[in-house]
Formats: sequence, C-alpha cells, structure tokens
Amino acid sequence: MESIKDKVAIVGMGCSKFGERWDCSAWDLVVEAAYEAFEDAGVGPKDIQAAWSGTVGFTSGQSLSYPLKLDYIPITRVENLCGTGLETVRGATYALIAKAYDLVLCVGFEKTKDRGVGGLGSGEPMGGVHPVFGIQGTPPGRYAMAATKYFSVYGAEKKHLAMISVKSHYNGARNPKAHLRREVTLEQVLGAPIIAWPLGLFDCCGVTDGAAAAILCRTEDAPKFRKDYITVKALGNSAGPGCGKMMTTYDWVHWEETYRATQQVYQQAGIKDPRKEIDLVECHDCFSIAELMCYEAMGFCERGTAKNDIEAGTFAMDGEVAFNAGGGLKSFGHPVGASGVREIYEIYKQIQGKAEEPSRQLKNVELGIAHNQGGHPGTFICSMGIFGLPGR
Amino acid sequence: MAGIVSYGAYIPIYRLDRGLIWQVWGRIPVAGEKAVANFDEGSVTMAVEAGNNCLQGFDRDEVDGLFLASTTTPYKEKQCANLVAEALDLKRGTMTADFTNSIRAGTIATRTALDAIAAGTAKKVLVVAADCRIGHPSTEYEQSFGDGSAALLLGNSDIIASVDGSHTHYDDILDFWRLDGDTFVRSWEDRFIINHGYIDNIQEAVKDITQKYGLTPSDFSKAVLYAYDGRRHLQLARRLNFDANTQLQDNMFSTVGNTGAAYTLMMLVAALEEAKAGEKILVANYGDGADAFILTVTEGIARLGDRRAIKYHLPSKLPLPSYDSYLRYRGLIQGYAFFENQSSATISWRDRRWNINCRGEKCLVCGNINFPTQKICMYCQSKDQFEEVRLSDRKAKLFTYSKDFLGPSLDSPIILCILDFDEGGRFYAQMTDRDPDKVEDGMPVELTFRWMHSERGIRNYYWKCRPLRVA
Repeated sequence: MESIKDKVAIVGMGCSKFGERWDCSAWDLVVEAAYEAFEDAGVGPKDIQAAWSGTVGFTSGQSLSYPLKLDYIPITRVENLCGTGLETVRGATYALIAKAYDLVLCVGFEKTKDRGVGGLGSGEPMGGVHPVFGIQGTPPGRYAMAATKYFSVYGAEKKHLAMISVKSHYNGARNPKAHLRREVTLEQVLGAPIIAWPLGLFDCCGVTDGAAAAILCRTEDAPKFRKDYITVKALGNSAGPGCGKMMTTYDWVHWEETYRATQQVYQQAGIKDPRKEIDLVECHDCFSIAELMCYEAMGFCERGTAKNDIEAGTFAMDGEVAFNAGGGLKSFGHPVGASGVREIYEIYKQIQGKAEEPSRQLKNVELGIAHNQGGHPGTFICSMGIFGLPGR
Repeated sequence: MAGIVSYGAYIPIYRLDRGLIWQVWGRIPVAGEKAVANFDEGSVTMAVEAGNNCLQGFDRDEVDGLFLASTTTPYKEKQCANLVAEALDLKRGTMTADFTNSIRAGTIATRTALDAIAAGTAKKVLVVAADCRIGHPSTEYEQSFGDGSAALLLGNSDIIASVDGSHTHYDDILDFWRLDGDTFVRSWEDRFIINHGYIDNIQEAVKDITQKYGLTPSDFSKAVLYAYDGRRHLQLARRLNFDANTQLQDNMFSTVGNTGAAYTLMMLVAALEEAKAGEKILVANYGDGADAFILTVTEGIARLGDRRAIKYHLPSKLPLPSYDSYLRYRGLIQGYAFFENQSSATISWRDRRWNINCRGEKCLVCGNINFPTQKICMYCQSKDQFEEVRLSDRKAKLFTYSKDFLGPSLDSPIILCILDFDEGGRFYAQMTDRDPDKVEDGMPVELTFRWMHSERGIRNYYWKCRPLRVA
C-alpha cells in the first residue's frame, strides 16, 4: 500500500452562505459554492475534467452537470450518509493519483428545507427502511442514548455538553458564513427545552441548506494555480458492521468507527501525538455528545476524561487544539452532503490566514482534521481526512 | 373429558376515572374507573398478552388451534388470529379462526374449541378473547366500556376444570351494533335491551342448562354471568336466584368495565383464580343469544402454577390524567405528525420470524444471540450456523435509553431503549406503559407485542419493552 500523503492539492474552494435559504434551490447553492471555487482557483468550468457530487437527497452525476452546465465530462455522485462530502474528495484524490485526470471538482450540497417540516428525517434511504426496526426514534433520540450511558459510566453531566455548545456558538458567531451566529450562555443552554433527554435544543445542530466546493489537482501542478494551496495528508473511512444497537459488546460510551478511521489517518499522515501535532479539528458535532466522544475517539484525551478537558478549555479557539473553530455543525447546521467539504473549507482558509473575520483567525495552523460520522450510534459510517501545509 | 387446561388474562395498565368523562359531558354518571388500552394496544396485542400468560409453562407445539374472539379486530378482510398465533409463536399447522361480530364471540369460540376436542380433530385449542370497544362520546357506554382480554387453553388431559354441559341459542335483536366504518358502538334504548335482550336471554340459557343437567342455583359455588353493568348484573343475579354476595362472580365493572367479547371469560378466569377442586361453576354469556356452560373444578387446579391473569393485572395500574389523554390513546384526536413511516408487506412477511414471532438466532459456533436474525454472526462472523430461539418471554435489563420528544408519538416522549437479555442478546426497542420519570439504567424490563404505526392501511406490529408490572 502506497501513501497518498501530499500527492494531491486543493487549489480552490468555495462555500455558500449556510442557512435557511428559502429563496434558493439546491442548484443555486451548487452554483454559489462552485463559482467561488472557480474564482479562487482561477479556472472555469471548462477546465474541469471530472467531478464528484456529494449529496444524499439527489441522485446521479446530473446533480452537478445540470446546475453547472458541465460539458459531458465524467461525474460520479457519491453518498455515504454524513460522510458524503468527504467521500467526494476521497474519490477525486484517488483518481488524480491514478492520473486519470489532472483537474477535478468536488461539490457537496444539500437542500434540507424543502420538506415542509423541521429535522433531517430518518436519514435512511428508500428500500432500506424496515417498517418497524429501523426508525424507532429521531437522530437526537438515538444520540441521547449514548449521552445517558456516558453520564452514568463516566460521571459527566449536562453541564459538560452545554460547555461544548457554548464554545461552538461562540466560534460560529464570528463566522460570516455560519447559519446560527449568536453566542449563548451556559444558563441558556441548560434552560433550553429538551429535544431528546438529556439533549436540549442547544445540544442539537440546526437544519440548514448549504453547499461547498473544492478544486483539486496533483501537487506538482498546484503552483500553476496558486502559492498557498494545501495538500491532502490522509483519507480514512470506517464502515461499522452496524451491530452496536444489537450486540451486547458495544458499550455506548465510545465511537468505534471514528476510532478506527482515526487510526487509518494517523498512520497515513504519521501522526504520533495528535494533541501536539494537530492544530484544528472540524468534527461531526451534530449533537454535543458526538463532539465529546470524538475528543476521546480521536485520541485527544483518554476515554472518560473529556470532561476535564472541557472544563479546562482545551478545545476552545484559544485552547490547545481548536475543535470546530468554524462553529461546527452546531453553527452551520448539517446539509448532509455539504458538511465534509465545508469542514475542509474551514481548514483551507485557516491555513491560508483568510478566515475573513480577524477575531476568529487562528495562528500558525498547519494541520487540520475534517471528520464526519453518520448513521446510528453503534452503527456509523465515519469519513475522515487530514489536510495541511505541503511538506508538513 | 374436555375442559380447561390453563388460563391467562390481561388488563391494560392505564385506568381512567369515569368522573373525568362525566366532568366533560355530564349526563349519566357511572361510578369507578375503567381500563384503557394504551395508544399502541388493541384487541390483537391484548390477545397476545393473555395468550402468552396462559401458555407459560406449556409446550406451544401442543397447541392445535388458536381462536381469536373480538368485535374489534383491526382488519375487515384479513384474519387476525393468524397474526396472534404468529406472535404467540405457535406451530404453522395450528388451525386459526377469528370469531367476531358478537360480544358472545368468546364463548362461541370456546364451544367450538370444545367440540373440536370432543371430535378428536384437536387436542389443545387456545381461545383468546379481547376487546377494545369505544362507546359513543357522552353516552354512558363511553364510561362503562373497558379494555381487556382473557385466554383459555382447552384440552382433554391435565384439565383444571371439566366442562360438563353446555347450552347455546341465538336471538336476533338490535341491542348494540356497528356498521362498517363506525368507530362508536350504536345502541337502542337500554330499558328494551336489558329486559328483552340481556335478562331474557341469559335466563333462558340458565334455565335450560340447569334443567337439562338436573341442577339448581344452590349447586354452584360461583355464577359467572355476563354483566351489562354493575346494577343490571345484580338485577340478573336476583332473577336467577343467585346470592350476590356469595355466588355471583365479581364483575370488575367499577375497576375495568365492560370488556365486550372478553368480559365473561375474564370473569371466568377471575373465578378460576379462586376456585377449589370439586366446585361447580356456572358460566352464562350474552350477545345475539346466549351461551351457558357447567364447569367442575378438578384436582388439577392445585397443580397449575400461578399465572398472570386478573389478580396480577388488576392492582397494577397508572392513572390516565385526563379525558383528552383517553381520546388521544384511542386515536380520536391526533397531533400533527410527520414521520417517514413505511409499510412493506414483503419486508414484514420475510422478517416475520423475528418481527412477529420474536425469534432470534443463537450462533452454534460462538453461542451468542443475534437479533434481528443475520446470515453472518455479528460476534464471530460464522455463516448460517444458527438455531432459532424465542426471545419474547425472556427477561431483560435496560442498558441505556433516551427520552425523545422530537419523534411524533401519541404518548410523547418516545423512550428509546437498548436492552440486554439476562440470558444474552441485545434488543433495540421503545418502552411503553411507563412513567418517563421512573426510567433508569439497569431497570428490569420485559417484551410486549404492540402496534407501531399504520401506513397504506397496513398495521405494523412489533415488540416493545415495558417495566415489570407491579401493584
């Protein structure tokens, strides 16, 4: 097995404004993100030789060729639940390394606000939904089962989850492209209506429309487009066999798939001590408990000890490792296909020093992790990537 | 001689103070409370409960027939006895039939089962009677009707009570009726139906059966008589010369209510719970005519272990706080709900062994229990090396849970649970019949067959968990 480290570069990125984009179709969002990426890379749609479309809600490569009017090029639509966005980059990276193409486009997007009701729905595809077994509770209800177990095993409290949400809202309030741009207090979070006990309103991410895009080439070609490109260090994916809710061996207090995908990317990127080497993690905080258990699954702290680091502010913007400096899913919502690419966008901009709003610009960012996990606790698909300065 | 081998019964955990109905409508007050099926219960699920309770300790493969008696089976075309048989995990060769359209269905089914046993075409037949009738809002029947079920295992060996004689006759009278599509029971004036329906018919049956077998009222330890309501039950007993204090079986009217097709059999089960060898019991049931039976309790009664029936369920209850919660549970008012519920006749059919029969698979290589059933063992990845095991009657403990207020439910919050069986295996389920404030890690739970949701006219059933019922 050969390393993919530093073989592929990202030379342009775009990200739509995230929010309840009532006036925009999915296609409008795709155009908004893709054209920002074209402009950023200094290329046009005709320069793109192949593309990957990441979306749960739309099928086929026509989900890009139609809105962008691409010129009969190969386009693959990928879907891997919440990991969908990162999967576009994984497909594109391998195609570039294989030298099948020289310049490719990845777009992740979702239009969640055309359903007539709140929420993301069951998140299970047609044909795969069992009449009685699959859908027994909502996504917050499912994650909340992990929270109750974590509380009883490790003694963390609602307060610790609330501190994560306060931190992410603080970060998101400073990000012009975020959906929810309002700081919240610990008291507000703890006093909010319960969605799925023990998770309250502010423990849950929003439901949002959005799109994000990336233009990639092999690293040797990157200087033709820009100086401050970033490179792909590692890409991991772990699909759990899906038995956590059925197997007595799953403890409900750790994310196995995230742990497994982490091992893959640390090995590929040569990460030994993530707490020292990683500057920024954009992780899948669909619910506050998801982020808490990611601290442990990714090796930033020992299992059961996250509460100490939460209290110490380890993962704040000015802490040891910034988690969700962009605001996370907490502030950006989770337009499913878009989230992974949007996370890379944050890493890309932070490394380039172009975080727009000065108060949220991190210093000396060299390596960042983008992470998503989808499905049901005990039954995840996890996609992860490490991106950073070339040669780092 | 044919007779009763075992019994079981079920009373839903929820009770509604009838005063709460009366406070809304006024008119005729009916004293006491009534048993109300939870929103996910109905005649099918209550029949499964009573059937399971009746079959505890018995080999289910010995059951040759399953007769379901109810006026409230959910499908107009499509049998429900087969669904109940499947949930009770009965063998495929079991003869199944729905006995419906009459509140006398429970004793009609019993009589038919006894005839089959006498004819030698069946050795053991399980009769389950369940009803969940809805009285028209504002009428006294809204207050008097209750929900519940009873089960009798009938056979010709190891009997606890022999059936020594029987009587049946029909009578065509419009007392209570429902047309296709009617939610509520229609009725004629009570003074007419009590005299010419209820009392006349039962009197005719009792007179005939006692004369035929040369018995008098004083020969019976107990008279199990269908009760129109509490007051008319006493009126009937007086007419038949039974002593209301010593002979008349309690009607549970002020605690459970009139449970329709299940009512007389529930009273019979309550009588059997107290019965001693040698006692004679008279059973008389009403509805479109009348049935009567003479029973003699045998020595076998002492050998039948304790079962969950009336005594177990009656004191175990949760109060329904309001009239509107009753309307909600019966689906008479519904909140706005958007949920991608799906039905698939093919998936339900293909998965019925675990979905309905509640059978998991024990891996023959590693011994772990897989549920739902798999091709490849979740634990050791062996392929197709399983034996089926029934999980529906196994004890479990709550491993973790949440209280999901977002998911639409007629009884929010959904208590979403992971439970581990004491004998191994994990189950993913909602919790029902619970007080959300009393849910905690590690609490003992058991499985119960419930309605999940309906879509395209398909009623989807599955197993949920519930806290153990305690008084």
